[in-house]
Amino acid sequence: MTAITLAKGITLGLRAAMEADPKVIIMGEDVGKLGGVFRVTDGLQKDFGEDRVIDTPLAESGIIGTAVGLAMRGYRPVCEIQFDGFVYPAYDQIVSQVAKFHFRSHGRITMPIVIRIPFGGGIGAVEHHSESPEAYFAHTAGLKVVACSNPVDAYWMIQQAIVADDPIVFFEPKRRYWEKGELDEQVEPDPLFSSRVVRKGSDATVLAYGPMVKTALQAAAAAEVEGQQLEVIDLRTLSPLDMAPVHESARKTGRVVVVHEAPGNLGLGAEIAARVSEECFYSLEAPVLRVAGFDTPYPPSRIEEEYLPDLDRVLDAVDRSLAY
Amino acid sequence: MVGTVVLTLCHRSQLMHRTQAPQARPEIEEEKTSTATGKHDDSPHHTRGASRSATHRTGAGDPGSLAVRELLVISAGSGAAANASSGFGPGLKEVFGPAVEGTGPELIQLLTPEGERVEHPEFAFDEDDETIKSFYRDLVMTRRIDTEATALQRQGELGIWASLLGQEAAQIGSGRAMREQDFAFPTYREHGVAWCRGIDPLHLLGLFRGVDQGGWDPLADKFNLYTIVIGAQTLHATGYAMGLQRDGLIGTGDPDRDTAVIGYFGDGATSQGDVNEAFIWASVFNAPVVFFCQNNQWAISEPIERQSKIPLYQRALGFGFPGLRVDGNDVLAVYAVTKAALQRAREGSGPTFVEAYTYRMGAHTTSDDPTRYRVIDELEHWKLKDPIERVKAYLSRGGVADDAYYAEIEAEGDEMAARLRKGCLELPDPSPLDIFDQVYEEQTPELVAQREQFASYLASFEGGQS
Ligand SMILES: Cc1ncc(C[n+]2csc(CCOP(=O)(O)OP(=O)(O)O)c2C)c(N)n1
Ligand SMILES: [Mg+2]
Repeated sequence: MTAITLAKGITLGLRAAMEADPKVIIMGEDVGKLGGVFRVTDGLQKDFGEDRVIDTPLAESGIIGTAVGLAMRGYRPVCEIQFDGFVYPAYDQIVSQVAKFHFRSHGRITMPIVIRIPFGGGIGAVEHHSESPEAYFAHTAGLKVVACSNPVDAYWMIQQAIVADDPIVFFEPKRRYWEKGELDEQVEPDPLFSSRVVRKGSDATVLAYGPMVKTALQAAAAAEVEGQQLEVIDLRTLSPLDMAPVHESARKTGRVVVVHEAPGNLGLGAEIAARVSEECFYSLEAPVLRVAGFDTPYPPSRIEEEYLPDLDRVLDAVDRSLAY
Repeated sequence: MVGTVVLTLCHRSQLMHRTQAPQARPEIEEEKTSTATGKHDDSPHHTRGASRSATHRTGAGDPGSLAVRELLVISAGSGAAANASSGFGPGLKEVFGPAVEGTGPELIQLLTPEGERVEHPEFAFDEDDETIKSFYRDLVMTRRIDTEATALQRQGELGIWASLLGQEAAQIGSGRAMREQDFAFPTYREHGVAWCRGIDPLHLLGLFRGVDQGGWDPLADKFNLYTIVIGAQTLHATGYAMGLQRDGLIGTGDPDRDTAVIGYFGDGATSQGDVNEAFIWASVFNAPVVFFCQNNQWAISEPIERQSKIPLYQRALGFGFPGLRVDGNDVLAVYAVTKAALQRAREGSGPTFVEAYTYRMGAHTTSDDPTRYRVIDELEHWKLKDPIERVKAYLSRGGVADDAYYAEIEAEGDEMAARLRKGCLELPDPSPLDIFDQVYEEQTPELVAQREQFASYLASFEGGQS
């Protein structure tokens, strides 16, 4: 057992993946000598060399576009996008190229590319550094999208994403980078594309992923004091969704609240609400409720605490669900 | 000749000074020869300057015979490609001239680090000493803003700060070269240009504190909001310039009417697609825009070598407009060159690339730790080229200013800093409800409902909030 931070979990996972497969290479801005602005790639260039840990020119489209060519040569590029708000120059390459190669080539060409994106707010940053763009990618056929929420998952999920043969957008909750967890390598990890019940409960189900898992757990702890048992599910995979545990929980509690930082309009919560109502209609005691960022651009940081879903807003939704 | 933008022969980058050498050097960069400066005639309009001056570069006898097209076949990079006889067209050194070390003749300088005025064959500083005194004030005040903001960040009053330390001359020289009607598109570091545009520095602090995203009026102040997404603003600058063109605001000869745009960006930004597209647009539409690149040698932890194999200003030629390298720590040279480039744009002669060769003396931002990736020697080397010290040396030597003047400016700076500090702490946080009203010009019913819902949620807390 070792205590590691979430950031360290990714670092160790990257290191293990690079040791296991010489075709794994890391590319991004400032990932080499600096070790990334969050130090996630710290020490990797020193140990694996400049050919495998590449400080790229400052152009995101270039990072992803060249990853495509490298993938065609059998490499497994792990691309770092420095912050969520800077992925858009690469959007065309991701959505029109990375996502479609397998389909267009009848599977002759695979794109085992991982695109790491630190996402979400809560760190007091200036604009473009706090966004949650996951829905754009989950909406795109050909891409898989996952989000880790804790150090142990970070460690395993990044390795699983790297060995997977489809392109994966890998979201990392940047405000949880420094939170700690105990890693026991003997414990078998869950499969990558699976959701997981992280707290058992019977009164209502709270679904979350990435940074909001902790918020949901805090809400559940507070609810317990008030006598309510909330079940919390860490979705982990956003595309494909793993709905089985969600449906099971919904059938049990009859009440579902989905939480994410991203704006509510056409966010993950909308898809989940639709699927739960399609599959569990007769079990539901209340409509599926969403707690999300507002449908505005991310606000200046002095009011981000108001913008972001927090314990109170989650409980407010739970109360509304229970009162239905 | 003064005021005419001239293409100089291109030389080996001064960057060879760098103590770290992460990459194998291309063969052509091994050379250490000096070279002459090429220039073309001094007629005011040089819309086809690139191809004409290409002739001078290669020394071909027949002016205009070498088309820009031929420059495009240059394979920059490895030694073999630099050879003329390889079948891949002219080599780099044939086109750009032999390489030189250090501050080669391509570096336009009018005031040495020691504070001596020097002549340049094409550019001169044609303002009086009083103007230089006022530059001094701007430089010192700008640095004072920077120091205060850095301190405020350290004390937790700002989320982050992007220091301009070392780049004051590049910003004041270019900012002061603008005329009232000109429009600037900054990055996130142009605090000195903001100062020249008359923006209250408190607005800059507001952005970095997180109370808003730039409190000034970009259209009225003719200074766009800061742009953090690297390079995006160069296209905006180009589009704005195309608007001026269509509005008949260039080439009329009326100095109060003809207008130019200046787009700021860094050395790292030159790799972005947007920036390269901006060059293409500006070139083919002959847009009245000056691309002002502060090459501070670093893009966070990545040295300039990671963005370019040739000196940045030489890239302009490939796009079809002139590029110049100016000593970015020399406020007089930056002023003279930018003024000429802006005038060229106003006259309808199209875009110019100005590379202000400078150095980022501080960390990338207050969140950064440069000791992880660069050596201290480099900093020491650049300390000797301080942009303020050389102006002070010049003013003192000529008796233009004395200690009393410096003390006066110092006091003015302290006063401003105190005002900024107080103002920063008093900046009101925005109301969380305001964000709903800012999204659209025409408000949507959905957002109105969302706002109302949130308002009643906030009110449901004891004592309410907002
Ligand atoms: C599209 C985009 N990608 C990445 C970043 C993160 N980032 C901020 S500043 C910077 C380096 C910029 O270097 P340069 O253009 O030389 O400007 P300087 O900071 O040196 O003034 C990077 C990579 C960003 N802001 N925007
Ligand atoms: Mg730079």
